[in-house]
Amino acid sequence: MPVDRSRTIRDSVGLGLAVGLYGVAFGASADAAGLDPWQAVVLSALMFTGASQFALVGVLGAGGSPGAAVGSALLLGTRNTVYGVRMAPLLAPRGALRRAAAAHWVIDETTAMAVAAPDRETGRLAFWVTGASIYLGWNLMTLVGVLGASGLGGTAEAALDSVVPAAFLALLWPRLRRGFAEHVVQRRVAVGGAVVALALTPFVPAGVQVIAAAVAVALAGRPRREVPA
Amino acid sequence: MSAVWIAVVVASLGCYALKLAGLSVPAAWVEQPWVARVVDFVPAALLAALVAVQAGTSGQELVVDGRLAGLAVAALALALRAPFIVVLVVAGATGAVVHVLTG
Repeated sequence: MPVDRSRTIRDSVGLGLAVGLYGVAFGASADAAGLDPWQAVVLSALMFTGASQFALVGVLGAGGSPGAAVGSALLLGTRNTVYGVRMAPLLAPRGALRRAAAAHWVIDETTAMAVAAPDRETGRLAFWVTGASIYLGWNLMTLVGVLGASGLGGTAEAALDSVVPAAFLALLWPRLRRGFAEHVVQRRVAVGGAVVALALTPFVPAGVQVIAAAVAVALAGRPRREVPA
Repeated sequence: MSAVWIAVVVASLGCYALKLAGLSVPAAWVEQPWVARVVDFVPAALLAALVAVQAGTSGQELVVDGRLAGLAVAALALALRAPFIVVLVVAGATGAVVHVLTG
């Protein structure tokens, strides 16, 4: 279906451009956290999963240990495992090489676009086009952000310090919004996570409180009965 | 190799392994109700913790400064469905204004 195909390509490319803006914010956050431009660029190219990247530089920027930074990045990365399970039948990559390539692009946006497509063929197209456009935009804009933020003065640094928590809030916000699955429970867990983190801050090494906040997941309660996806 | 570089490389490889695992392991391993439950809600807990730590702490101290004002304005902008870039700009501008006012 050519209409579906061209719409999918247009939407996927548009999403790539939009996500690029987060790339600028990530580059700037990495600079604010004291990473050098190479480290920011390597993260975007090699890790390529936004929330984990923000978490890693956020924890390092807060004075956290590298171990705590890695731990929070990995905890946030577990999402992609679940996406991969959902995407495996759709992508059905042939051979180890294709699977290894596809895996790198299994993230929130590519999964959402592929799952929303009307059929399997379009879903695959959506995955690859979204993946390519986000990968390009994200890496390019990370470079713009990290170079743009280095060499800022005091007031601009204060501005950047306020941009970083706002970026995390923007990542969190869609999960709390009406329409997201169990958004009321998500809100409860989010408040719990923030309270645990603040309460532990005076007592644990920086960064550890972020990982410890994962205990707030207990506020979600028992699994609901299986709902067919 | 510095500790930051090691963190960058180890976390990147780990995150890639998590992605690859999803495409490789039998679905039944991951689709346990409890596993799904934890994975569904870990991002909310961690992202909220990061918001709180980035906006309200400095080292091991709780502090109130321009970042909290910026966060409040960002929340307002998000509630009004402002685009991402607008959210960041108003938060940054608020932080800068508070910095200038409080010296």
